[in-house]
Amino acid sequence: MTGRWRDLAWAGAGLIALLLVPVFGAPPAIRDFIMFGMAYGLLAMSLNLLIGYSGLVSFGHAMFFASGAYAFGLAMQSGKFSIPAAFALAIVFTAALALIVGAICVRLNEIYFAFLTLAFQMLFYNVILGWVSFTGGDQGLMGGIPRPKFLGIDLADRTQLYVFCCVAFIICIAILRQLVTSPFGYTLRLIRDNQERAAFLGVNVPLVKLTCFVISACVAGVGGILLTLFVSGAYPNFGFWTTSGEAIFMILLGGSNVFLGPLVGTVILRLLNDITVTYTSHTELVLGIVILILVLGLRKGPLDLIAERLENRRQAAAQAVRDAADAGAAETRKGGS
Amino acid sequence: MDLDALMRCVGTTSCIVTQLTSGMIIGMLLFLIASGVTLIFGVLNVINFAHGSLYMIGAYAAWTFYQLTGSYFISAFGAAVAVGILGIAFERFLMSKVYGSNVLMQLLVCYAVVLISDDLIKIIWGPVSLSMGMPVEFRLPPLRFFGGVVPPFYIFMIVAAMAIGLLLWLVIARTRFGNIVRAAAVNGPMVSALGIRVNLYYAAVFGIGSALAGAAGALAAPVRSLTPGMGFSILIESFIVTVIGGMGSIVGAFVASIIIGLTRSFGSIGFPLFVDGVMFLIMALVLIFKPSGLFGRPHNR
Repeated sequence: MTGRWRDLAWAGAGLIALLLVPVFGAPPAIRDFIMFGMAYGLLAMSLNLLIGYSGLVSFGHAMFFASGAYAFGLAMQSGKFSIPAAFALAIVFTAALALIVGAICVRLNEIYFAFLTLAFQMLFYNVILGWVSFTGGDQGLMGGIPRPKFLGIDLADRTQLYVFCCVAFIICIAILRQLVTSPFGYTLRLIRDNQERAAFLGVNVPLVKLTCFVISACVAGVGGILLTLFVSGAYPNFGFWTTSGEAIFMILLGGSNVFLGPLVGTVILRLLNDITVTYTSHTELVLGIVILILVLGLRKGPLDLIAERLENRRQAAAQAVRDAADAGAAETRKGGS
Repeated sequence: MDLDALMRCVGTTSCIVTQLTSGMIIGMLLFLIASGVTLIFGVLNVINFAHGSLYMIGAYAAWTFYQLTGSYFISAFGAAVAVGILGIAFERFLMSKVYGSNVLMQLLVCYAVVLISDDLIKIIWGPVSLSMGMPVEFRLPPLRFFGGVVPPFYIFMIVAAMAIGLLLWLVIARTRFGNIVRAAAVNGPMVSALGIRVNLYYAAVFGIGSALAGAAGALAAPVRSLTPGMGFSILIESFIVTVIGGMGSIVGAFVASIIIGLTRSFGSIGFPLFVDGVMFLIMALVLIFKPSGLFGRPHNR
């Protein structure tokens, strides 16, 4: 089986596994957990396309999460769009926004890039807060998001909504997977590792970065749309800087060198949040301390560490086999002489 | 949009004076914070995303010292010193561990510190906003210039911030300490090879930058309400200031702070909804036409 078919098989298996969860009568809390996890998972996975694969440390990724959520929510509330049309509209809007922000930011160096994306995110957040008549300000999009039927699918029904979200989620993950295993994905890694060399090889570095930025923003936008569908509203904190910080933390927790790492990180962070909330109201304090321990103690994400250990062990084993073979060969030679 | 109101304001001297002073106090607070950010970046090549938290801690510390001593000058000085010491500890125990690593790790350390300090503020001072009120030293009748009313504290704030800025510039540009710091900014290992303990200078620079943020917090305490998370919005504005002024340039930070302060104060009359947008527009224009900032050196980018 080639890599591409294997990936598709994995995607299919993942989809079936997700769809089987409600069949086995899992309590609604677990289904809710999965839905939240899918929305935030797309945010973290798309951000890792920037951070892990392209070396673009964006601190403002939640902007696109919020823009997807708000564009979709507002389009649905206007009553003029069907769900697929509003979905497409939200993605187009997010892509346009990413194009503008990206065009200004991608030429800058790492540090500038990090805090300009952060600054643009805060601009977007302030627009959401300030434009009360349109976005509802700090109350968010109130009154629920209407979910009319389309093509016989009724998203007002929890099970159908769950299936819809799973399918959208798996499609996005599959797209990301195709992207990072494609020549484009390797170009991104080349840029991450050595921008000058990439430019010498004829790669249009700013254009590739901008493309990556826009695609990543669109996937984050889908995450926002899923969350809006799920909570039936959109809130300014979708686009607050802490959401971006959390997304970065999810990548650290899961590991940026493993494709599904950010997704694992999402699950760990959500579990961590849910657990600390039951014991203390000072979740931020706990979160901050955990981050410090991980960053200063381990220096990298736990999954990255495990992956590295496994790789080392595999290499050590291969080395041992080779040594044994060499020794055997030497023995034979000695015996022959 | 209410450009008529802006035109009416520009037509009367009293309104101009009022808006100028309020723009200047916004600008001077920004300048103190941005000069700390830019100093730390210029020398250590790290962006302190937790700088806003230091400002917040400075404000809260000044509030507490004022409750204890009743003297604003002592509490402002105490707050600056306390935050400076805190900054040195932050640099030594946390930031210095991630100097060599990529931006991601630095970002995460700062993110963690912001989360922890916001929550600690909530635990120590409570989640509701505090206000210091006008200190007793400045409960004087307001001054009048050309029909405009200016509280004496505003004058003090502007003069104090400018004096601190001038002192900082003198220390960096004219003293032996400043020479070493500027040399370390260009080539740290070389300075270290000359027998100078560069790490001490790094810690000192971080401490000075933090003390500036603490002083800004203390100056802001009488005129701003104190809330957990108050540091973050001013951090974003100080980033905009450093981008416009040029990374690493204290003069640039000064000019850009005044531009942003005046944009805010006059903009709040003429185009209140678009003030943020205009600030970002200025920043985007600077980035497009002079990416190193108004006073920045091109290689610093």
